Amino acid sequence: MYDIKALYQAKSTADAVALRQAHPEAHIIAGGSDVLVQMREGKRAGVELISIQTLDELRGVSLEPDGTLRIGSLTSFSHITRDPLIQKYVNVLGEAVDQVGGPQIRNIGTIGGNTCNGVTSADSASTLFAWDAVVELTGPDGVRRLPVQEFYLGAGKVDIRAGEIQTAILIPKESYEGCFGHYIKYAMRNAMDIATLGTSVNVRLSADKKTVERARVAFGVAGPIPLRAAHAEALAAGQPVSAELAERFGQAVREDINPRDSWRAAKDFRMHIAAESAKRAFTESVRLAGGDL
Amino acid sequence: MEKHEMQYQTVHFNLNGKDVERTVDVRASLTDMLRNDFRMTSVKKGCEVGECGACNVLIDGEAFNSCIYLAVWAEGKRVRTLEGLLGPNGELSDIQEAFVEEAAIQCGFCTPGFILTAVEILESGRDYTDDELRKLLSGHLCRCTGYENILRAVRKTMNRRLGKA
Repeated sequence: MYDIKALYQAKSTADAVALRQAHPEAHIIAGGSDVLVQMREGKRAGVELISIQTLDELRGVSLEPDGTLRIGSLTSFSHITRDPLIQKYVNVLGEAVDQVGGPQIRNIGTIGGNTCNGVTSADSASTLFAWDAVVELTGPDGVRRLPVQEFYLGAGKVDIRAGEIQTAILIPKESYEGCFGHYIKYAMRNAMDIATLGTSVNVRLSADKKTVERARVAFGVAGPIPLRAAHAEALAAGQPVSAELAERFGQAVREDINPRDSWRAAKDFRMHIAAESAKRAFTESVRLAGGDL
Repeated sequence: MEKHEMQYQTVHFNLNGKDVERTVDVRASLTDMLRNDFRMTSVKKGCEVGECGACNVLIDGEAFNSCIYLAVWAEGKRVRTLEGLLGPNGELSDIQEAFVEEAAIQCGFCTPGFILTAVEILESGRDYTDDELRKLLSGHLCRCTGYENILRAVRKTMNRRLGKA
């Protein structure tokens, strides 16, 4: 038995919003792989829960008429990895979420929950930052959309207002078109572990594959929230593809990140693996984009 | 301490091929309901925080740790436990036989969970490499056998079903 004070099961998105307004103290539960575990640990013991788990309308990946890739917030990690649209347009997201926990966790864990937790180590978060994802929230006043960078307010804090639930993650066409990316999770175990550092890079090359038109890189666990490395991105934009560029790109991320010492790893070690991971992920992204270096 | 009303809800679902219903406490996990209300004791209580995989069951064909799944979420679902693999006269299924043949069992606590993940793997009908199988089986902890025999049992059954052995 869980120490749940009351459970309110939403029957639709509108019902979830109504429940949020009626029970402002209640916590939202989606897949439950974080909420229920924290409840067991005593952190959320005795709270009221609004369950959105059974809202199938919030599952699945689709393309909107303007080409925006829409990922319903309750889409599980394993369904994201298997989805043909994800594989075609944002393959790296499928690969990143395929490194969350273990198989059973990937069947229950949702991308909405992964982002709403606001933790920097979330395996989806760095890739969503690196692809300029947009978060869609539905509340009493309708739909609100904001860049994922603005959605994260601080460690464990995200911009979900009274009455709102997150309903989708969107990736605009301009953001994914012609882009290829790679994610590197550095952890102590291959399964059931939290990232020591997560690095997500993507590049768009010129038609002749010789020049980097745009490179983007984001990290998890390099700061209290996921973050982009602006210096490295500026350094690579417009430059000819080369192994030397990959090296400089990797070193440049050190300007932008601010990892901490924790029991998982020392700050210096995170700085080191950030530079190395950025270089490797950049190299792999260029290779996936058809470049030669 | 603040008192609050007990909350119950009736859940209708299919358990190992049979339509069932139960009125449960909304605080119950699916593990609680399967063990206490249906005597499905193959569903083990291990860590109860989704780490060890001992409580794994199949819901609509996918593997879930039933300890971090609320019982009321099973409404309308098709739930399968190890008990559902037995033949009409109690015969073991091919994957269970393979676990016996490969000595993939010692204390047996992790076995039902592993076998149900194996069922999901086998029912995909795909041919996996050893690396892929290791990853697919990585959501279970075994403290006795060291995993190699478990991997062998799954691979053997996969190959048999694909007509490769």
